[in-house]
Amino acid sequence: MSILKDALESGKFGVTAEMAPPKGYDFSEQMEAAELLAGKVHAVNVTDMQSASLKASGLGLCIKLKQAGVEPIIQITGRDRNRMAIMGDILSAASFGIDTMLALTGDHPVVGDCKESKPVYDLDSVGILKMLSKMEETNCDCGGNEIAGGAPKFYKGAAVTPLYEPLFLQVNKLRQKVENGAMYVQTQGIFDLDTFKRFLEFVDKAGIKTHIMAGIIPLKSAGMAKYMNDNVPGIAVPQDMIDRLAAAAEEGKATGVKGLPGKLGIEMAAEMIAKIKDEKLCDGVHIMAIGAEKNVPVILDKAGIAI
Amino acid sequence: MIITQKKPIEEVMAMVGDAKTVAILGCGSCATACQTGGEAQVGELKATLEAAGKTVVGTAVADYCCMALGVKGKMRPMVAANPDCIICMSCGDGVQCAAKNAGAIPVYPSNNTMFLGEAVRFGVWEEACHFCGECVLGQTGAICPISQCAKSLVNGPCGGQKNGKCEVNPENDCAWIKIYERLSATNQLDKLTKTREDKGYESVAYPRTITLRGKK
Ligand code: SF4
Ligand code: SF4
Repeated sequence: MSILKDALESGKFGVTAEMAPPKGYDFSEQMEAAELLAGKVHAVNVTDMQSASLKASGLGLCIKLKQAGVEPIIQITGRDRNRMAIMGDILSAASFGIDTMLALTGDHPVVGDCKESKPVYDLDSVGILKMLSKMEETNCDCGGNEIAGGAPKFYKGAAVTPLYEPLFLQVNKLRQKVENGAMYVQTQGIFDLDTFKRFLEFVDKAGIKTHIMAGIIPLKSAGMAKYMNDNVPGIAVPQDMIDRLAAAAEEGKATGVKGLPGKLGIEMAAEMIAKIKDEKLCDGVHIMAIGAEKNVPVILDKAGIAI
Repeated sequence: MIITQKKPIEEVMAMVGDAKTVAILGCGSCATACQTGGEAQVGELKATLEAAGKTVVGTAVADYCCMALGVKGKMRPMVAANPDCIICMSCGDGVQCAAKNAGAIPVYPSNNTMFLGEAVRFGVWEEACHFCGECVLGQTGAICPISQCAKSLVNGPCGGQKNGKCEVNPENDCAWIKIYERLSATNQLDKLTKTREDKGYESVAYPRTITLRGKK
């Protein structure tokens, strides 16, 4: 059974991290990070060509993680695969014991690095969840044909952007995701708890019941924060955080100490996680370290979180 | 209407190649409105061809290049003049319709066929429909999610809009925010809360034929 499911359904504070396969076929960096993450998180999302940037396919890294004793969450977008290809990958994943997935619509190819690629979007996030739920219910494939040996069961998840105007649209889609089988949701990176609380209230009022994991992005520098504010939808790093990171960089320059902004970013992420847990705001956290996965155990340690 | 754009003239000339005699068929409907295949454009192309040393043996403008009957009549004298090739200045359908009536004479397109859309002002056209075969405008405030959302999403927006603009092309408004606003204005937001069937694509096994003359 899905380890993440086990944790969330039994009321534990869920912890997930995230990893991208390389643009290449040497997975050693990912496997080194996996070693550090083993036993520290319930599961690790494997992204599906995030930002429409070409990578080795997620299924491969999921299999490797599974074999290394780290629970993978296979992210599935609708961008590159029609419903047949998605279902085929899900069946293959299941044969390797992978049982946790997360459905996304997917970034459009034109924002990525293979712009001429044809966008598919046969199904969006809601459609993917609905198809898999139906598969589990009926033991049939997407065409209604029986699946030999029955359908595999997945712990299915989705994503949501708490900072969205009009929030009604985002929460309405979240409701559809949950109605169609999402049992947990991971949010876009959160930097301001008031915004997050407003979102949680909205979800509550809409009567949506699911496990919410707050997205945490450890900042590496003021530049990264500003870049994300300008370019990543749903992200708003408050100015005082940016100022603190800039001050840390200045201090580093003055004292000749390297990596101060990064360290501060780790502190801020740990603080945020500890607050979320102490105030029991939601059911867990999802840490997106964007290439710095080795920092995740440090952050969890500082936040006082052990799974 | 069907929105067309002129191909670069070099591309047209490359298709004509070393043909010496050419005929031109224009279209009196969409292509005239798009300034890609009306009387004026037929005249311009004729002049260009003649300047390149070709002989234009015939020109005509069909009322609609997409109506076989009318096209047949316009093509007959052109085919009789037996040019080395015929250039059709319509949408892709018009070119095919002309070619079916051209015997052994090759027919070439002078336009790229872009989309089904509307003339929003003189000289400006916007895409509005992808011929999806199962129109959902009744549920979406008469704003088409298939052609107006860059991902053709049917269940609501992706997370990608920024300040109401689409992640795919920031010059465009996010279709789903427009749908939301329209449904709010018409007091029909409840339409968004119902889960919809996913669009099936079985019906897109083309080419399709529609007939009002009983079963085909
Ligand atoms: S939903 Fe959009 S693409 Fe489909 S028929 Fe209606 S207007 Fe055209
Ligand atoms: S931003 Fe809006 S219009 Fe653009 S792809 Fe996403 S939902 Fe569609």
